[in-house]
Amino acid sequence: MISSIIFALLLIGASGYFAINVKKIRRNILLGRDVSFADNKGDRLKTMILVAFGQQKMFSRPIPAILHFFLYSAFIITQIELIEIVVDGISGSHRIFRESLGGLYTFAVSFIEILSVLAFIGTIAFLARRNLLKVPRLVMNELNGWPKLDANFILLGEITLICFIFMMNGADEVLYSRGLSHATNLNDGSLGLTVSKHIGPLLFGGMSEGALHTVERIGWWGHILMVLGFLNYLPFSKHLHIVLGFPNTYYSNLKPKGEFTTLDAVTDVVAPNFDPAYVAKTDPNNPVRFGVKDVQDLNWKNLMDAYSCTECGRCTSACPQNITGKALSPRKIMMDTRDRLEEVGKNIDKNKGTFVDDGKSLLGDYIKHEEIWACNTCNACVEECPVNIDPLAIIVEIRRYLVMEESNTRPELNSMFTNIENNGAPWQFSQADRANWINES
Amino acid sequence: METIKVPTMAEMVAAGETPEILFWVGCSGSFDDRAKKITKAIVRILDHVKIKFAILGSEEGCTGDPAKRGGNEFLFQMQAMQNITVMNGYSVKKIVTGCPHCFNTIKNEYPALGGNYEVVHHTQLVQELINQGKLKVQGGEFKGKKIVFHDPCYLGRANNVYEAPREIIEKLDVELAEMKRSKAKGLCCGAGGAQMFKEAEKGTKEVNVERAEEALALNPDVIAVGCPFCNTMMTDGVKHFNKEDKTKVLDIAELIATANDL
Repeated sequence: MISSIIFALLLIGASGYFAINVKKIRRNILLGRDVSFADNKGDRLKTMILVAFGQQKMFSRPIPAILHFFLYSAFIITQIELIEIVVDGISGSHRIFRESLGGLYTFAVSFIEILSVLAFIGTIAFLARRNLLKVPRLVMNELNGWPKLDANFILLGEITLICFIFMMNGADEVLYSRGLSHATNLNDGSLGLTVSKHIGPLLFGGMSEGALHTVERIGWWGHILMVLGFLNYLPFSKHLHIVLGFPNTYYSNLKPKGEFTTLDAVTDVVAPNFDPAYVAKTDPNNPVRFGVKDVQDLNWKNLMDAYSCTECGRCTSACPQNITGKALSPRKIMMDTRDRLEEVGKNIDKNKGTFVDDGKSLLGDYIKHEEIWACNTCNACVEECPVNIDPLAIIVEIRRYLVMEESNTRPELNSMFTNIENNGAPWQFSQADRANWINES
Repeated sequence: METIKVPTMAEMVAAGETPEILFWVGCSGSFDDRAKKITKAIVRILDHVKIKFAILGSEEGCTGDPAKRGGNEFLFQMQAMQNITVMNGYSVKKIVTGCPHCFNTIKNEYPALGGNYEVVHHTQLVQELINQGKLKVQGGEFKGKKIVFHDPCYLGRANNVYEAPREIIEKLDVELAEMKRSKAKGLCCGAGGAQMFKEAEKGTKEVNVERAEEALALNPDVIAVGCPFCNTMMTDGVKHFNKEDKTKVLDIAELIATANDL
């Protein structure tokens, strides 16, 4: 009875705290400018199913893809078992679905156990890739401090979670075989859990009844505490990608990658020169900044991108400028955007719902000019991202701000702009000479 | 070349004629000495298959691509609307470009500003001509040579055109080699995003050197490209390794024009 109450309180508390933080993230994302993705629902759904659910883009690098798939599928399938844990936790029952589901139950829990073993292997391999093999994209300087800790916390958390599962199931198998389990005894001698029926006796076979019950309870409570802990860790971690990967791929850019957005506010200024009958698309009484200086200037999809990033660094490892030693790293652009957005969010929390200027901005305090001006706009980062994040969109928007609001660009680019403006070509050639090549030998 | 007439739209209209296709030459193709050779190769192909084409000549202006990638949306839209006004004035329907940047900009970014045309890159047009049987391609002097194709970002990733250039190269009876980073995973030559017009930011290596190194590792006779900017960058990269005698950097249009002795 007491344990049921404790369980219910924990569940309510954990869900409530998670809801509060989800609301904050939602509010932060909606600080961005509005942009509509109401089109092509079918294509969007298809993209989400292929890219997020099917992990399509992960498989361009098969080894991490397979390891990641172990963790991913174990995570998805484990949700089934959680239903029973919640019912058992509240009602005080034990393995309540075993009797009614019969063989299906044994199959489901065994399936989860096999996936858990694979996930265990995957997690160990991931820890090794980060800490022993030092895969270059996972040990870059931009990950120093919290990002590296965050990654290792997640992996260690997953290992702990899996250990709790096997303590719970393994000890219960031994208890059941002795007729001492709290699960309904169906006189079948074993719970039939593929992994635990072997490792249970191996690990806990020599234990007394009391010790076995203790191990089983530690496993059971440890498991659910880890799950609730993980849930509430998500909003503060790169691990949030397990949730946001889905909406983020749904709201993917479905247009050709080479098509950059058209600024209507600019069209409103330029078009009347060519068409006197042109009707403005934006409200002249509500002028917006050209391009992006701070996170509030980005659109909400850019901000969702930032929260969806799990810092895998595929983008950065494919970036021609990063490969050749420049400061630009698309992953850092996304991490900076999230960090600044979090800072703005905390500012709003502290100031009763309104943002009070803190004298800082995404550009300058987080992202430097030399990063922005290094970009080749080659779309390699966009192509790489397993959850369809678009770092290039942010880079181009910041360039727009620098050029159109601050006239603060690289001097050679200013010369190029002047040439185009004066003679219709990026170099100093006269437009009248454009067809001279015809008569040149 | 002397025998080939390259009419402008203005001349065609004055003569009461309508071209099938507008050849968008681009700034590089008009002014860069190396790129002018590509322009002429495209003209030879168009002439060879007897397509009625025209150029805009002095009525053509930069599409605005480097302005847009460089963050100058005002300048981009000024350029775009000027060009659209000219092309709509001539009722242009179909355009072939000699440059993937012009191709991408006119195809994807002009429609929002009132410019709606069927736009193809010259490799797509050549592939179309081959498929229609209008252009026969034999290996000629390239027969048996090893050719590696470098994907231009604005043709490949930006617009998912990967096969047209490769299918053309394969028609030349050559060995088509692939770099590890190719197609969707292709590495930029270093020119895109207005980098062509500025010094590189502080780093440890030039992007074109990184890319040329990768291509040269395959020991090719030709590095084939489909973009005048890639051409410049890869040519410089090959020179960096003193391999210009062994490995030529050639546009797909030049491969076809040379192989066919046009």
